[in-house]
Amino acid sequence: MSIPADPADKFQSYAHPERLVSTEWLEAHLTAPGVVVVESDEDVLLYDTGHIPGAVKVDWHTELNDPIVRDYVDGPGFAALMSAKGIRRDSTIVVYGDKSNWWAAYALWVFTLFGHEDVRLLDGGRDRWIAEGRPLTTDAPSPTTTDYPVVDRQDEEIRAFKEDVLEHFGKPLIDVRSPEEYSGERTHMPAYPDEGALRGGHIPTARSVPWARAAAEDGTFRSAEELATIYRDEAAVGDAEDVIAYCRIGERSSHTWFVLTHLLGVPRVRNYDGSWTEWGSAVRVPIATGTSPGARPAR
Amino acid sequence: MTSELPETLAEIRDDFLALGEKDRLQLLLEFSNELPELPDEHRERTDLFERVEECQSPVFLLVDVHDDQVVVHATAPAESPTTRGFASILVQGLSGRAVEEVLGVPGDFAFDLGLTAAVSPLRLRGMTGMLARIQRQVREKSSL
Repeated sequence: MSIPADPADKFQSYAHPERLVSTEWLEAHLTAPGVVVVESDEDVLLYDTGHIPGAVKVDWHTELNDPIVRDYVDGPGFAALMSAKGIRRDSTIVVYGDKSNWWAAYALWVFTLFGHEDVRLLDGGRDRWIAEGRPLTTDAPSPTTTDYPVVDRQDEEIRAFKEDVLEHFGKPLIDVRSPEEYSGERTHMPAYPDEGALRGGHIPTARSVPWARAAAEDGTFRSAEELATIYRDEAAVGDAEDVIAYCRIGERSSHTWFVLTHLLGVPRVRNYDGSWTEWGSAVRVPIATGTSPGARPAR
Repeated sequence: MTSELPETLAEIRDDFLALGEKDRLQLLLEFSNELPELPDEHRERTDLFERVEECQSPVFLLVDVHDDQVVVHATAPAESPTTRGFASILVQGLSGRAVEEVLGVPGDFAFDLGLTAAVSPLRLRGMTGMLARIQRQVREKSSL
């Protein structure tokens, strides 16, 4: 990392403090050479209503997903995207977004699939930046294209597929959806339209930790101590070295992936992006319903 | 294409379809900025409004029917411009139309604006939810 990490005290208790920056740090580094700020929101129009000066927008729906296959863009697609946004392979990317960085964490996770080394999250995200009265603009940036290299996507380390989950039983599995989705009362988030799964419930043995528990009231991440209580103790992750998180389509669980990987330092965390929209409709996979994790399925 | 759309709504749809994808989003943002303020008599009566449960952000609707004419009121937060834009399209496209015209709008109208590639299906279904609730209120309030 060519740009020094934000030395803020709060971050020092995290496993990888260099993965977070504060709003204060970011405002001071907005024009620092090598820093590219990326906004990634759930709401496709939000960026256009005002964004951090110089920030480029990355849209999860149209820019990170492959339009034909349920998958992410490939190496050439990612290189073209990075080039268009003015991002070099050695750029320090700071991602922020709405809803406590939910989609920003998703973008960060996808960037990590391509091994982009220095990608950080703005603690507190868009809401905190605005709440603190920091500058916003509607001026569209005009990034200079770069020669970002074509890098193959590396799914193995941080991405799980359905088969991986079937092999994973016996090791910690975290369901980050709402309690109602976990128990099977509903197949989608409260107040969200149904994105479609045939059955309601959860993957057997998965513990329920709704993603937003990792965030404090002001949208910033909870302290390392609080996070350890939530995940290591309550969700029984303990000292496990291999954890899989999932949600409905893999976005909320990217947030939890970030927490487990970078804040708590769990050695191997994979995000199962097929998540409930795949598992809840898949043929010949077991589910559990109700509030308890359920028994480990016999193979 | 459906022929029974109210003229106002058909015009809005045609405006969207005449544009390229990027500009369609800009148009949606313009609609978002133009969501009409609530009239004074409604501003204090938020208890009369119906929450659109299909939308993740707090969207509230109220339909008035007078002499067979429909007026739609809606509120949506500025932090949810997409949802606001959809509410604004329905408010502007349906207000002033006759009861039968409003009830004749196809339930999947949201998918006719040429936004399916740019906006996630989740959002479009939110708009579908708004339309269904508007039509139900119209039905109740016009005793059809």
